[in-house]
Amino acid sequence: MTHSVRDLPWLAPAPDDIRERIRAVANNSRPGADIQFLASHRLEPQLAANLGKQIAKARNDQRPLSPLSDFQLGVLAGATFDLLAEQIPAAAARHGVAAELILADYAQVMQAAIDPNSSIARARPDVVLVAVDHHWLGLDHDLGDPASRLSAALAQLRTIVEGIRRNAGAPAILQTVATPPGSLFGSFDRAHSGSLRALIDAFNTGLAELARESGSYILDAASLAERIGTDAWFDPVQHFAYKLPFAAECAPAYADLLGRLLGAIRGKARKCLVLDLDNTLWGGVIGDDGMEGIVVGQGNAVGEAHLALQRYAKTLRARGVILAVSSKNEDAAARQPFRDHPDILLSESDIAVFQANWLDKASNLEAIAKTLNIGLDALVLLDDNPAERAQLRAALPMVAVPELPADPSWFAWYLSSAGYFEAVSFSSEDAARSASYAADAARADVKSSSRDLGDYLSSLQMRLACTAFDGVGRARIAQLINKSNQFNLTTRRYTEAEMAALPPDVFTAQVRLSDRFGDLGMIGVLIARPLSHKGESAWDIDSWLMSCRVLGRRVEEAMLAHIAGAAKDAGIRTLIGRYLPTAKNPMVADHYTKLGFTEIAKDSNGASYALDLADYAPPPLPFL
Amino acid sequence: MSTIDKVTDIMRDLFEDYSGPITPAIAAKDVPDWDSLAHVKLMVQVERAFGIRFEAREVSQPQNVGELVALIDQKLAAKG
Repeated sequence: MTHSVRDLPWLAPAPDDIRERIRAVANNSRPGADIQFLASHRLEPQLAANLGKQIAKARNDQRPLSPLSDFQLGVLAGATFDLLAEQIPAAAARHGVAAELILADYAQVMQAAIDPNSSIARARPDVVLVAVDHHWLGLDHDLGDPASRLSAALAQLRTIVEGIRRNAGAPAILQTVATPPGSLFGSFDRAHSGSLRALIDAFNTGLAELARESGSYILDAASLAERIGTDAWFDPVQHFAYKLPFAAECAPAYADLLGRLLGAIRGKARKCLVLDLDNTLWGGVIGDDGMEGIVVGQGNAVGEAHLALQRYAKTLRARGVILAVSSKNEDAAARQPFRDHPDILLSESDIAVFQANWLDKASNLEAIAKTLNIGLDALVLLDDNPAERAQLRAALPMVAVPELPADPSWFAWYLSSAGYFEAVSFSSEDAARSASYAADAARADVKSSSRDLGDYLSSLQMRLACTAFDGVGRARIAQLINKSNQFNLTTRRYTEAEMAALPPDVFTAQVRLSDRFGDLGMIGVLIARPLSHKGESAWDIDSWLMSCRVLGRRVEEAMLAHIAGAAKDAGIRTLIGRYLPTAKNPMVADHYTKLGFTEIAKDSNGASYALDLADYAPPPLPFL
Repeated sequence: MSTIDKVTDIMRDLFEDYSGPITPAIAAKDVPDWDSLAHVKLMVQVERAFGIRFEAREVSQPQNVGELVALIDQKLAAKG
């Protein structure tokens, strides 16, 4: 995947059965939400076109398309628009709009605008897109003086806008003009007022002015062309052969740009950015790495990348986007960097709702939306973890969850390129909005997290491998043993040499996990020593630790099944577990009771638990 | 996947309502929705799927599926 806006890389990859699911829209009596969800994936252009046909079909059948908002879009195009038109309904659905297009006859732009009986005028659309380029506007004709060419082009545009207003009763969307490659003089084109580049610059400035005066919207196609690169945007073969205004490959990105504008016009732009913390807002895991260990700030490439994301979030807040946090962490640990880390740019007062706990993110996002009194469809979740993203999309398809590459350098780019917070105006009230949500980093009550995760966990196609310690794994085992603080029952530290010297009757396990998103590597460690318990042989679990990244995946149950099986094979009757509390491990205080152990002793240093293996049978688990 | 299989997949997505055979002899007249606009879409998607670009003189050259496949193979060979 390239980091090009042309490829919409922030969209989730399409599921394997996308074709069947698009076809199945035909059998859905209320397909709006399903259409929006399917449209939120990265679709082959033809599949996006086919989804668009399903939208038209549902409208013809009078099947309700809510929550999508109806939108009639007139189009006056100066070149072949059909290839673009078929991309637009799916792109608009992605942004909450069910768009119906009314295309004027090819190259009848002026007639369609000024004739009160044109198909556009009679359709009374909500808005009319004026998609003309430098050819159509006559900016590249070398006849006449440049100033009159410019004023003639702007006058034509004004006539169209006024005609649309008068005859169709609708505002216009005015499309900025991209500058084609090629020059007359070379670099001197910049200074020569008659050059095409200078004329187009002046035209776009005049277009923005006209939009402001006339209450028209702006579609900044020129900026999109600039980002993609005008050598790729302008395809001379497709222009000569098919009369396409720009390269067909750019059609999905153009359609998305228009879709987000239609969404913004209908008030469907997102309102709240929910940020993950560990490895999103900063590098590292605050609960394990501590204040000194997390990476953020100047002097380190990764730290600067995370800081750039914070800066972008801060500017979003300044223009009225509400910020919230959802992180799998202890609340106190998660808040500490905001209070005490000198390089963290965001402060707690920038965050309207602050959810740091170990419950699933879907429940937390529901709590955030409820606290802010906004819809779930107003939320964007930015999270570096692909499994969390997949889980959230499955549980709450109406929340926007951009894909992110592994490198945080790109996080701000992905977030801004996805266009979730498109605006058609900006006022001082907008700027004040985010502050009006009591910015006190409030903790919202999560009512339930009894969400059924069974299907989701199965869909991860997880593979778990438990093996005894060996020379290959020892360095990573030592790292986990000496670094894990949160999911660590006893916080006992061992060096590599001490591990190598463990007697042979000590049970050990290193646990590795992979899923369909990739290899998570070693994520768990178990050590158990033989012990006599009530006159019978038992195993005393000396160390049990796990990476917090794999919480909520039933890995701990699988680890218990593994050690219980090994213990039974060794003729052991009882497993003994211990919890030694520290400042960082309260999350595992109930670990053993949750797994079915019985508490047998408790004092100020900790608690002990026992599990009678005669009573234990491993539950069905979601691992391959 | 062979060139014709890949072209067949593109055509199945493009001509959703056509369930007849797709063979080298199949031409625009055999597929109800295969008009000039559909031809543009087909050529554009072939370019995308195979990572090739047609020249202006080539775009209206193929008269049936077999000729399109031959043109694609020729361009793929030239690309190396």
